[in-house]
Amino acid sequence: MKKIITILCAVVMALSLFAGCGQKADDNNTAAAGGTVATDGSTSMEKVIGALGESFMEANSGTTFTYNPTGSGSGIQAVSEGRCDIGLSSRALKDDEKASGLKETTLALDGIAIIVNPQNPVQDLTLEQIAKIYTGEITNWKDVGGEDAEIVRIGREAGSGTRDGFESITDTKDVCQYRQELTSTGDVIATVSQNPNAIGYASLAAIKDSVKALTVNGVAPTEATVKDGTYLVQRPFVLVTKEGAALSETAQKFFDFATSADAASIISAAGAVPVA
Amino acid sequence: MKKRSQVLETVVHGVFLLLGLITVGCVLLISVYLIVSGIPAIRQIGLVPFLFGKTWASTAAEPSYGILPFILTSVYGTAGAIVLGVPLGFLTAVYLAKVAPPRLKTVLESAVSLLAGIPSVVYGLVGMLVLVPGIRRVFHLADGASLLAAIIVLAIMILPSIIKVSVTALEAVPPEYEDASLALGATPIETYFKISVPAAKSGIAAAVVLGVGRAIGEAMAVMMVSGNVPNMPTLFQSVRFLTTAVASEMSYSGGLQRQALFSIALVLFLFIMLINATLNFFLKRNQEGDK
Repeated sequence: MKKIITILCAVVMALSLFAGCGQKADDNNTAAAGGTVATDGSTSMEKVIGALGESFMEANSGTTFTYNPTGSGSGIQAVSEGRCDIGLSSRALKDDEKASGLKETTLALDGIAIIVNPQNPVQDLTLEQIAKIYTGEITNWKDVGGEDAEIVRIGREAGSGTRDGFESITDTKDVCQYRQELTSTGDVIATVSQNPNAIGYASLAAIKDSVKALTVNGVAPTEATVKDGTYLVQRPFVLVTKEGAALSETAQKFFDFATSADAASIISAAGAVPVA
Repeated sequence: MKKRSQVLETVVHGVFLLLGLITVGCVLLISVYLIVSGIPAIRQIGLVPFLFGKTWASTAAEPSYGILPFILTSVYGTAGAIVLGVPLGFLTAVYLAKVAPPRLKTVLESAVSLLAGIPSVVYGLVGMLVLVPGIRRVFHLADGASLLAAIIVLAIMILPSIIKVSVTALEAVPPEYEDASLALGATPIETYFKISVPAAKSGIAAAVVLGVGRAIGEAMAVMMVSGNVPNMPTLFQSVRFLTTAVASEMSYSGGLQRQALFSIALVLFLFIMLINATLNFFLKRNQEGDK
């Protein structure tokens, strides 16, 4: 008898826990009554779009902003099939994608700096040299005007937006021979600043004085050179919409907000170069 | 009156049972979740290509998911940490339990406890900024991030577990054994190594197994010093462990890649279960030895 009561007590208490959970879920649903903006696409744009979405929701209470990090290709497909309001792509649309009725609006530019240790005498590399270094064709700094030392190639982990951007710009997808794959920009910078023979890449906004950013084809990476297109290691962050089809009221509001001059400071705080 | 106190007693029993069940529930939930989410990728990739494939290229155009490099790295890394850490930890434990004067012992023991309390990210950071450049200079390598760096960091990280458990085991040896040995004319050091250590051997074995468990499950510190490239392990190459394979790719993963990461976690989980079973075996033998 005593045992049964004990077990009953336990069961009742366990159930009351679940009851609490159910209550909460209901509350969330009622909060979502306002308009929604669904975005889908590039993982590299996570920071920028996340920051924009947050301040958009703050400014328009009741609206819900969602972001589905699936990759540029999937995002473009999702918007063309109408599964989301705005597609996010970290590359310019291809001609056949534009022909199928999609419209691109460049939200921001992402510059990727090529960094070496400050002790390294090399100042400039061409885009081809960078690609050859990372694919393992050039393995010694003396071949690109530096000292006689092995090049240590530092990169990011598979799936990272910066890695994806770097590899697609230098056309080295899946063939890079990394010595180290690190999981954050900070780790890359710290490692390059520790090793005189290292080369790495990192988002332009994150560069510190402990490393030296190389000029690429003679152009130094700055916001200005990224903006005018002379610095080559860059890619656009693009909002993809359907040509002709009107966005929902909330989605249009978000679109206007993201491309307005007000959003520029949010975009640069998130590490990209705003174009507006 | 008696009845009321009985009811109260029963209710309290119920509360305790519930609290106990929460722990059990967590373990069950995690195990079931890991198995359920780890199996599909293994089925899709195939058990043999998954466990024995030598290339891991999860985001390539034609992805391949072979985790043999991770398994071997984890095994070698743990073995290396044990080879370095166990002699150091064991001898420290003998010194602390038997030789050290009481005041020095207090200082040393609190230092060991402090070592246990340092967060693993700090081990990683120090390893990254001091150990990795150090290895590069000492061995004249292009880069110091390597299996060796991870082994050294792990060896230091497992020291506290090994020392503490071994000290407890050594201190539990009945003083009569040692007195008898000393009375027969053995020197103190002879007594410690020929009487105390053999008497405490299953406790010391448990300490080693605990160290193995700690080393194989560590992610953060090794991620920062090992370079994380899925190479087949060699001492001076950049390597990726089972733990870091999951941790480094999880944040951006999707689809089969994510499922495969769960499968890696499942393999790691099985390894750790095996180690726990070994630990229980030694601890049980220890208890039986006491009786």
